[in-house]
Amino acid sequence: MNDEIFQERIDAEKKIEPKDWMPEDYRKHLIRQISQHAHSEVIGMQPEGNWISRAPSLRAKMILLAKVQDEAGHGLYLYSACETLGVSREKLVKQLHEGKAKYSSIFNYPTLSWADMGAIGWLVDGAAIVNQVSLQRTSYGPYSRGMIRICKEESFHQRQGYEIMAEMAKGTPEQKEMAQDALNRFWWPSIMMFGPQDSDSPRTGNAMKWKIKRQTNDELRQSFIDKTVGQAEVIGLTIPDEDLKWNEQRGHYDFGEMDWEEFWNVVNGNGPCNKQRLDHHKKAHDEGKWVREAAKAYAKKQELAGTN
Amino acid sequence: MEENTDIWEVFIQSKNGLAHKHAGNVHACDKVMALENARELYTRRNEGSCIWVVKATDIVSSESEDSEAFFNAANDKMYRHPTFYTMPDGAKHI
Repeated sequence: MNDEIFQERIDAEKKIEPKDWMPEDYRKHLIRQISQHAHSEVIGMQPEGNWISRAPSLRAKMILLAKVQDEAGHGLYLYSACETLGVSREKLVKQLHEGKAKYSSIFNYPTLSWADMGAIGWLVDGAAIVNQVSLQRTSYGPYSRGMIRICKEESFHQRQGYEIMAEMAKGTPEQKEMAQDALNRFWWPSIMMFGPQDSDSPRTGNAMKWKIKRQTNDELRQSFIDKTVGQAEVIGLTIPDEDLKWNEQRGHYDFGEMDWEEFWNVVNGNGPCNKQRLDHHKKAHDEGKWVREAAKAYAKKQELAGTN
Repeated sequence: MEENTDIWEVFIQSKNGLAHKHAGNVHACDKVMALENARELYTRRNEGSCIWVVKATDIVSSESEDSEAFFNAANDKMYRHPTFYTMPDGAKHI
């Protein structure tokens, strides 16, 4: 009975709020999806943080710092949304450390050159935007509000990345080669960010029925590819897919087959940087322990003195 | 597992003269940390001219499942709305 009333509310495009009744599987699906999203923002700080001290100019360095700080903020918005479902932030971090919660596989690829900062902003943030714009209409109120806030901040990320790529593409032949190399390495992982094909995505059914997701993996991927092809042409770079061509009949670009073996390999922990990313997060968390303890002790002391 | 830090709800006044509006929340051990965390998280692009932080546990909320009964008293008092009244034709500025 409750399930029927719940589905009616969903079908009527009413948002579900934290205190509302919801099916247990809806709650579980949201916790998994939102925490994975939050962890992705936070782990995503690492490949870019890698280049802060080596940014080629003060301007580039300030921008990259601001962007990495935004990613931290986006992680916090998402942890907040997830906590409204009755799970603590400490528990979410523990699940990440124990490998029970995942994050986007894209961050398990290394960032080898400055051009990778361009490719990440342009392609990785670009793909994230397509996904997040769609999720602004998700049925869970706190998640939807988090997405709206994130989308407002995210377009600067994509534009700064595209600017780096455009600059390098019109630079020296070596610079253009670096930009092309970054595109070659990040293209396929970026389009795989949308997840498995709909036919191999068992959870898509419920997620669509409950309007947690508003578009399927394949729809979002197609939308990203359609937007991006022209952007590559404008800056004179070539997308590394021989099968990529405009399909007049479909009104979309056709594209080649993704390497799903690699995809699952990286998802299952065997990507180039999986261990490094997780180890670094654990180390930072452990090393910050005394700070958290000191802050709590200080608050306690103030409370006893009656000044808090 | 470590003990959770307190959650503080954050309200931001975007411009002098406007009401404070709920923006989200932050984790913090005390009120100064809560204010500073809120500033870093919610006003990186000049979104605010003033911030309030309130411990989430200090907020009292009505229950959404009881909302019908809770707000029921206002339902049959349409005369509280200006549209309830019939104005003579030709009357202006009222």
